[in-house]
Amino acid sequence: MTTLEIKDLHVSVQTEEGSATEILRGVTLTIRSGETHAIMGPNGSGKSTLAYSVAGHPKYTVTSGSVTLDGEDVLAMKVDERARAGLFLAMQYPVEVPGVSVSNFLRTAKTAIDGESPKLRTWVKDMKGAMGNLRMDPAFAERNVNEGFSGGEKKRHEILQMELLRPRIAILDETDSGLDVDALRVVSEGVNRAKEATGAGVVLITHYTRILRYITPDFVHVFVDGRIAEEGGPELADRLEAEGYDRFLPETAEA
Amino acid sequence: MSLLTPQRPAEGAHTHDATTLVPSQSRAERTTSYAVADFPLPTGREEEWRFTPVDRLGAMLRDAPTGACLEWAQDLPDGVTLGTASVEEWRASGAPAPADRAAAVAAAHSGGVAVLDIPAEAELDTPVRIRLTGAEREVVHGHLLVRAGRFSRATVVLEHTGASEYSEVLSVVAADGSELTVVTIQEWDDESHHLAQHDVVIGRDASVRHIAVSIGGGIVRINTNASYTGPGGSFEGLGVYFADAGQHLEHRLFVDHGAPHCRSNVEYKGALQGDTAHTVWVGDVLIRASAEGTDTYELNRNLILTEGARADSVPNLEIETGEIVGAGHASATGRFDDQQLFYLMARGIPEDDARRLVVRGFFASVVGRIGVREVQDRLMQSIEHELSGGER
Ligand SMILES: Nc1ncnc2c1ncn2[C@@H]1O[C@H](COP(=O)(O)OP(=O)(O)OP(=O)(O)O)[C@@H](O)[C@H]1O
Ligand SMILES: [Mg+2]
Repeated sequence: MTTLEIKDLHVSVQTEEGSATEILRGVTLTIRSGETHAIMGPNGSGKSTLAYSVAGHPKYTVTSGSVTLDGEDVLAMKVDERARAGLFLAMQYPVEVPGVSVSNFLRTAKTAIDGESPKLRTWVKDMKGAMGNLRMDPAFAERNVNEGFSGGEKKRHEILQMELLRPRIAILDETDSGLDVDALRVVSEGVNRAKEATGAGVVLITHYTRILRYITPDFVHVFVDGRIAEEGGPELADRLEAEGYDRFLPETAEA
Repeated sequence: MSLLTPQRPAEGAHTHDATTLVPSQSRAERTTSYAVADFPLPTGREEEWRFTPVDRLGAMLRDAPTGACLEWAQDLPDGVTLGTASVEEWRASGAPAPADRAAAVAAAHSGGVAVLDIPAEAELDTPVRIRLTGAEREVVHGHLLVRAGRFSRATVVLEHTGASEYSEVLSVVAADGSELTVVTIQEWDDESHHLAQHDVVIGRDASVRHIAVSIGGGIVRINTNASYTGPGGSFEGLGVYFADAGQHLEHRLFVDHGAPHCRSNVEYKGALQGDTAHTVWVGDVLIRASAEGTDTYELNRNLILTEGARADSVPNLEIETGEIVGAGHASATGRFDDQQLFYLMARGIPEDDARRLVVRGFFASVVGRIGVREVQDRLMQSIEHELSGGER
């Protein structure tokens, strides 16, 4: 049983002019093994900022609050240490790494996470199997990481990593965006498979409820202006789908 | 490619029109001569010397013999011979004349030309290896002629190590239909200087690959000139360099397309780390009116790993005929990309390993094209060594 505890997290970024702007304004959220949390909210509300801050992206500065994984101080860990502790972030915009093949990348990451290199025979089988399940052409193994991948291919590749690296807590940042219906189903199945296999806790960041048809959330959090504005069960997602975020946004002259 | 944040000059993979960077003087008008007196001492303001620390090269530009030599060791596969020729014989071989003062001095005072002959139709399965080692830092004038016979296939690897101020003229004459790879590896001591003019003369339907690997040396400047004596020739110029603090590594290429239906492809990649590390890449391509059906492309990319390093990258393309297949260039210099580092580290890969992966990845395309296994392996090792900040 693993618990990721985010408490009253405040995060700012350095603006171009050099001053700091606060993006997260007190986020409190607890994720346990086996749970699925959906975070929904309008553009720019700080969802990716939350994800990146937990993963340790250097662009974001935590000004107060805490993040712990089974009581261990995550904020004191380096980016790679967080991953080795069991945190995983499927990125909204995965990064291209020219000249580094997917298979080399995955094997290097697996070795780092497990602390030993995987047994060659089972590893090749696992990788092929996971790629097959995600309907990825085996040729992807020899392509450079994310280079020239379509939006949907990048997202499959993120979930491929989730399946192979077996994190304890996974944050999926808009893994559903840019996917057509078939791809959405394939990718969702991948997430469910990984969850089933490892009992991971999952945070799904999304704009749309359609992915929630395939991955049922236990909790839904509405994220507005750098904090959680409302929380509920799956029914909250349906309400958001019907009503949008208007009631959470500041009153406009003519609402 | 996200690795490179475009800097000067702007990232451009474009096909050419009138807006190309054309220097005020055509490359065709540069002086070439056997007479040292035709090349005044450079001040550093000349186009061909403007990036080079000429104030540190006084001894190498002096018009006087020194009598000093590098130590030679070679592996010659069956049939390959190493002999000598007079400077007059060299001139008659079809090798181009010196194009700057350093080369003119080297040709004038080398005292003779070492000649490597690959017989016609020879197909070598092992490379010719020539290891040149300097014992102390003194001026050495070196003069080498490599002749690849008709329809021969060969690889020649020249290695430079040790301490020296080595001024070199290398002429490569590839007869019709030959396929030749020449690799020049610079792994000098930190204090060494190396000025070189490499001329590659490509016969009808011949293809020559010239590969420069520059890792060690205080000042290394290699001017590679390719020209064609008949149609159907192909030139591939590959380069990899890694400059540390205090190093000046300069590679200048001039591909002179004077014959129809020839190809050229140049790809140089360099990494820089440490204060005052300086690299220069100049790629001149001239497509003369006679060179219809030319297909040329040149690319230079530089990866700046730390603050305080400087990479100059200058592509020039002059086109005198519209009847070409293609002409393009790309040049970009960028800093190490923190996004890539974050992505890899977010998958548990420790920072040092992640950096190494990114830098190896940066070089992968050009290293993969070298095609000489032992050179590739050695180069990757050298790069690892540089990255780990190791003493050489
Ligand atoms: N360097 C910066 N300077 C100023 N503001 C920034 C900077 N970086 C991010 N922001 C702002 O932080 C806010 C939160 O961004 P974030 O990417 O976390 O939003 P999001 O909820 O993930 O949005 P989306 O739904 O579009 O993915 C945005 O308003 C964004 O403009
Ligand atoms: Mg986002």
